Amino acid sequence: MQITANDLDDLACGSTFLGCGGGGDPYLGCLALRQQLGDEGAVEVISLDSLGDDALVVPIAFIGAPTAFIEKLITLDAARIALTRMEELLGRKADAVMVAELGGVQTTIPMVVAAEAGLPVVDADGIGRAFPQVQMTTFGINGIPVTPLVAVDAHGECVIIEAKDNLRAEHYARGVCTSMGFQATSSLYSMRGVEAKRVSVPGTVSQCLKVGRAIRGRNDEDGGPFGRLIRSFDGSLYGGARILFDGRIDDLSRQTRRGWAVGELKLVAFGDESQRMTIEFQNELLLARTGAQIRAIVPDLICILDRETADPIPVERLKYGQRVKVVAAGCVSQLRTPKALEVVGPAAFGLEHSFVPLEALP
Amino acid sequence: MHVGVDVGGTNTDAVLVDGGRIIASHKTPTSTDIGSGIGRAIRRVLDSAACRPAALSSIMLGTTQFTNAFVERRRLTPVGVIRLALPSTTAIRPMVDWPPDLKAAIGDHVALLPGGYEIDGREIAALDEDGVRRAARGFAKAAIQSIVLSTVNAPIRRQMEDRAASIVAEELPGAAVTQSAEIGRIGMVERENAAIMNASLAGLAQNVVSSMRKSLQALGIEAPFFLSQNDGTLMTVDRVARFPVLTFASGPTNSMRGAAMLSGLKDAIVVDIGGTTTDIGCLDAGFPRESSVAVDIGGVRTNFRMPDIISIGIGGGSIVRSANGAVTVGPDSVGHQLTQRALVFGGNVLTATDIIVAAGKADIGDRARVKDVPPAVVEAAMQQIHDRIEEAVDRMKASREPVPVIAVGGGSILLQRKLAGTSETVIPPQYAVANAMGAAASQVGGEVDRVFSYEALGRDQALAQAKREAIGNAEAAGAAPGTIEIMDVEELPLAYVPGGAVRLRAKAVGNLPIDLGGQPISDTAVAD
Repeated sequence: MQITANDLDDLACGSTFLGCGGGGDPYLGCLALRQQLGDEGAVEVISLDSLGDDALVVPIAFIGAPTAFIEKLITLDAARIALTRMEELLGRKADAVMVAELGGVQTTIPMVVAAEAGLPVVDADGIGRAFPQVQMTTFGINGIPVTPLVAVDAHGECVIIEAKDNLRAEHYARGVCTSMGFQATSSLYSMRGVEAKRVSVPGTVSQCLKVGRAIRGRNDEDGGPFGRLIRSFDGSLYGGARILFDGRIDDLSRQTRRGWAVGELKLVAFGDESQRMTIEFQNELLLARTGAQIRAIVPDLICILDRETADPIPVERLKYGQRVKVVAAGCVSQLRTPKALEVVGPAAFGLEHSFVPLEALP
Repeated sequence: MHVGVDVGGTNTDAVLVDGGRIIASHKTPTSTDIGSGIGRAIRRVLDSAACRPAALSSIMLGTTQFTNAFVERRRLTPVGVIRLALPSTTAIRPMVDWPPDLKAAIGDHVALLPGGYEIDGREIAALDEDGVRRAARGFAKAAIQSIVLSTVNAPIRRQMEDRAASIVAEELPGAAVTQSAEIGRIGMVERENAAIMNASLAGLAQNVVSSMRKSLQALGIEAPFFLSQNDGTLMTVDRVARFPVLTFASGPTNSMRGAAMLSGLKDAIVVDIGGTTTDIGCLDAGFPRESSVAVDIGGVRTNFRMPDIISIGIGGGSIVRSANGAVTVGPDSVGHQLTQRALVFGGNVLTATDIIVAAGKADIGDRARVKDVPPAVVEAAMQQIHDRIEEAVDRMKASREPVPVIAVGGGSILLQRKLAGTSETVIPPQYAVANAMGAAASQVGGEVDRVFSYEALGRDQALAQAKREAIGNAEAAGAAPGTIEIMDVEELPLAYVPGGAVRLRAKAVGNLPIDLGGQPISDTAVAD
């Protein structure tokens, strides 16, 4: 499969949905890829299965503050050095690049790196959605160390982090990123093909495209954007998708807590003001409930979309008065094991509730 | 007494306003030089009310000329862009996704230089003054006379951009220089885009402002004049000459504000029916509800504050077709050729206006010329017109509650039936000149949008400071102290940035004093 300039808007749209509103502004990520590809270029996307056991796969992630990012954008050299420095460290060239986690810019920056290096991108990632911390991946849950982690700043300066504990690695990486002007392009979780095949979530890049095409009506299907969106989850590794709520944002409060943008928004249904939903978020959307009844909870996916166009709305663009629908989808099954839930379940976000799968909720 | 003028793509409307009410109005075709049409409209309106020019306290103008020029790629000025950002931002060059025809009109003259600031105010790199000089000289050689300075985090710190601007002014005296710090908000690409759009309108802005000044001078009008900007507030003519891009949304904004003023309603859906399209927007406390999505203008992504508008292809000149029992209305239209081509005016095209006349709901032109239009076609077309407007109104509504609809614009006669989900349809008597009324009713605003440290200041102090700055900006723009209110405050905490950094946006709006001692136009020398 190839990704060309024509696919970028679909990719941005699907990435924002699967990114559950997080992952940074997808438009900017696509601009960088558009510049890299030009009119004729393409990114090669290969299936997870096609990786040789001994191939070297290097995931790439962008670590940083979304508001710093929309000003400082992306530095080409930093992206390149994140890959080449890792290759130097490991003493061999990479055979493929991987998206560490989906969402916003996180889907496209690895592609910029890959296109520049002439390498393919694997149709897979480490989580099937966006999450705010680097230890929150299926790689990490299944024993792959996140380090060595190469963090590169806009000047091309590198900081190499080595840590046995992935959570500590996240703390150090966050600190390094802050001192780098709140932005670091990084390579992390380098793996051999055999490991990648064992621990990755397959097919997620093509799922981004599929979701984006469905929402934007580019898949020749009938029916409105929401019908197409729901159907795009049939037969995927994700659980089914469904609309949880239709209404407008009646209240939105955000604050900085422990370095995250944490908040809560309240929705009210059209025509029946007694019907309400509350959604809690910490960069990504975490929990949706009506009164005390939970309707969806992390690691299942929750996204807020424009109620006309089904355009997914990044969390930092949510505003009072917006007319929206809330859509939830079951996460990939790898995230629902007890071991996984310790790392990416409600407890990891300080939520009191236990995980209940979407399909078991009203 | 003051005059409100709207310079549209087809017509120039003027209203004479006294004590908040329209005393006289006039509509005349928009002239190519802009100024003549304005002069004509104002003269007629003064004459019809027997009002002397000296009795006017101010003139307020709204225009879509700059938007139209940009969208149609007409009369644009070539631009040179200097971005202070290296080593960062290299993966996204200026104008990387701009439409090719636009780049053909303004060129692709770009210089990427070291500089810019981190979000906490540290320099990314020091300014390369020689580099700026070299870039400026390169532009001079290419005969570029409109320059953009774009800097990472310019809204947080502008010193570097200011220094670079003064170097450019030394190398290119007389060139128009647009600084991104003056144009806009957080968001590098959108702000840079807005600055480049602004620079591309430099030549047109000079011409239009000069032409306006001449016309008013010829009429013996010495009262100050202002132009409406995107959010419905006013700015001085000097500011417009430098920042034409700030007028981009003033057309729809003025029509909605005019609708509010003429109807007395503050919360309603506004349906502005023109010759080709109908624009539907939502009034919230007297001001248009803003769009929450990024706004694309002429294929370029911006983050202007623009009204949230739905545009549908239904207007007075929409062409009505009937084939195999199916009737369609628009999207194509005879536009401003209505009075030549519609049936009731002796033409041979069946238009929406003809349908309304055939239905006996309006008496325009020669009714006899539509007597043979089949009643079934008339009914089907009427139904379609209303169904499509009704659907758009429903999409605009914030809730299921019925809301009033205010119909404005020359095509208001199309609205003949009640729209479901609405409580009433109000068509103010001066519906055709709502835009001009909106211009006349403009207020003056000031805005602040930058990053504050809550840890250093505390939230209350930071908010108070932002509000003070916004009020100060409104005053600097001409608002009368004592009338200024904070209209909007927005807080966006910055994830991952320690120190409790918060991006604060505050907007203050106030009234223009009626007897503003502004700059009389006859004192200002303007180069041709």
